[in-house]
Amino acid sequence: MARITSLAEAVADLVHDGDTVALEGFTHLIPVAAGQEIIRQRRRDLTLVRMTPDIVYDQMIGAGCARKLIFSWGGNPGVGSLHRFRDAVQNSWPVPLAIEEHSHAGMANRYVAGASGLPFAVLRGYVGTDLPTVTDTVKPITCPFTGEELMAVPALNPDVSIVHAQRADRKGNVQLWGLVGVQKEAVLAARRSLVTVEEIVDELTPVPGGVVLPSWAVTAVAAVPGGAHPSYAQGYSERDNAYYAAWDPIGRDREGFTRWLDEHVYAAPIGVRP
Amino acid sequence: MMTVAAARALGDGQICFVGIGLPSTAANLARTTHAPNLVLIYESGTLGSKPDRLPASIGDGVLAETADAVISVPEVFNYWLQPGRVDVGFLGAAQIDKYANINTTVIGGDYAHPQVRLPGAGGAPEIAASCGEVFVVVRQSHRSFVDRVDFVTSLGHGRGDGERARLGLRGAGPTLVITDLGVMRPDETGELILRAVHPGVTVDEVRAATGWELKVAADLTVTPAPTAGELATLRDLKARS
Repeated sequence: MARITSLAEAVADLVHDGDTVALEGFTHLIPVAAGQEIIRQRRRDLTLVRMTPDIVYDQMIGAGCARKLIFSWGGNPGVGSLHRFRDAVQNSWPVPLAIEEHSHAGMANRYVAGASGLPFAVLRGYVGTDLPTVTDTVKPITCPFTGEELMAVPALNPDVSIVHAQRADRKGNVQLWGLVGVQKEAVLAARRSLVTVEEIVDELTPVPGGVVLPSWAVTAVAAVPGGAHPSYAQGYSERDNAYYAAWDPIGRDREGFTRWLDEHVYAAPIGVRP
Repeated sequence: MMTVAAARALGDGQICFVGIGLPSTAANLARTTHAPNLVLIYESGTLGSKPDRLPASIGDGVLAETADAVISVPEVFNYWLQPGRVDVGFLGAAQIDKYANINTTVIGGDYAHPQVRLPGAGGAPEIAASCGEVFVVVRQSHRSFVDRVDFVTSLGHGRGDGERARLGLRGAGPTLVITDLGVMRPDETGELILRAVHPGVTVDEVRAATGWELKVAADLTVTPAPTAGELATLRDLKARS
C-alpha cells in the first residue's frame, strides 16, 4: 500500500545519495517540485535517468546532484540548449557529468524491459548510427528464429522513479491521463516510487483512456498542487511556455544560475513555484 | 518558402511522423491546405492530431485534445513506427552531409569532449530507419551542410551505393531535403543533388552554402513561389499560435 506523505518526507525517505533516480514525464506531468526538493535536500552522486531531461534536470545538474545522466534527448523544448547540462559535459562544472546516451525508442524499451522483469529488450534500431560506438548499453543480438540481426538494450530498473499525476485517492491509488509518456513503465520498473499529485480525492472517477497505478504498486504519494510547473497537468494547468523561454538566460550564466538557486530553491518553502 | 515547399511535399491521406518546429509548421500547413486527410503522429503519443494552432512543443496539450487516440511512448515507437506503418518522417538537423546522414549529437572535438553538445537523438534514428521515406528540413550554410557529419545520429544513405539496404533498414531513407535556398534529392548512389532553387536564389549561392562539391541536376527547376492562399493560411496559423 502506498504511504500518503509530504514531499519533503518522501524525498528524505526514498532518495539516497548514489541512487539511480528517474523523474519521468514527456512534456506533460513532469515532477518538477520533487526535483527541486532533491536539490534542497542536497542529494549527491545521483545517476539521473530520463528520456527528455529538460529544465528541472538542468537545475539538478547545475546544483551538483548528478554524476551521471542516462537519456535520449536533452534540451529546452522549443527554446534551445540546456546550458547547465552543456557546462557539466563540456567543462565539468560544478562536477563532472558522465553520460549514457540512447534514442527514445531505446530508452522506452529499456523501461519496458524493466517493468516486465526481463533483463533486456530488443528493437530494430540504432543500425548504421554512431550511438552503439559510444554507448556500451547497446549490443547486437541475433534473432534465434529468423537470424535477423537486431539491437538489445538492458533493462532500466531505477532505485526510485518519481512521476507527477492528476490525482490519487486516500488509499494511494493513482490516476493520470493525457500524454501518459513512460510514466507507468518508469514506476513499474523501479524498486521504489513516489507519485506527486495535483489533489487527493475520496474516490477516483474513471477517465476514458486514463491510467491507474494501484496503491500496492506505488511506494508513496504526496499531494503537491502545481508540482509539475512549468510543465502541465491536463485538466488542471496549462504549460507555462514563458518560463521555458525565461530559463535560457538564467541557465546560461553560472553566477546567475547560482543566485537563482539560492533565492528560488534553497530559500524557498517546499511547493512554492520558483 | 522553406515551410511552404515542405508542406507541398506531403500528400493527402499520408501518415506522417512529425517533429517540432519547421516540420510541424509544414505538416499543419499541408493539413489545412491541400492535404486535409494527412494523419499526424507525434512522438509524445498522439495519433491523428488536428491542432487548430501550431503546437509549442511535441507535448503541447492541443495535440492530445485533438487526437484520434493518445498512447504511451513505448507504443508509438514499437507498434506504430517500427513495423513501418508511417509513410513519411519529417526531421530537422544540426548537420547533414552529402549522403543525407544527420547529426544532432555533438559538433567538433571528440564525443567525450565536444565543442558543442547538442540535444541528442530523440526519436530521430528510428524515424530515419523505419518510415517509408524521410523529408529533411534544414537551413543551409557551410556549417550545417558538411562533407561528412561529425556524428551519425540518424542514418541517411551511409557512404552511399546501397549501404542502407545492406544494413537491412526497411525504409527508403531521406528522399527529399528542403532548405531555405532550394530542394535536393539523392541520386541512385544516395548523394544529394540540387534539383530546384527557390525564387531569386542562384546556384552559386547554394554552392557557397554547401561544404562539398554540390552536383546540380541537368533539369534544374525553380520552386513555384508561394501562393497568396498558402501565405495567408501560414500567417493565420502563426497568428493563432
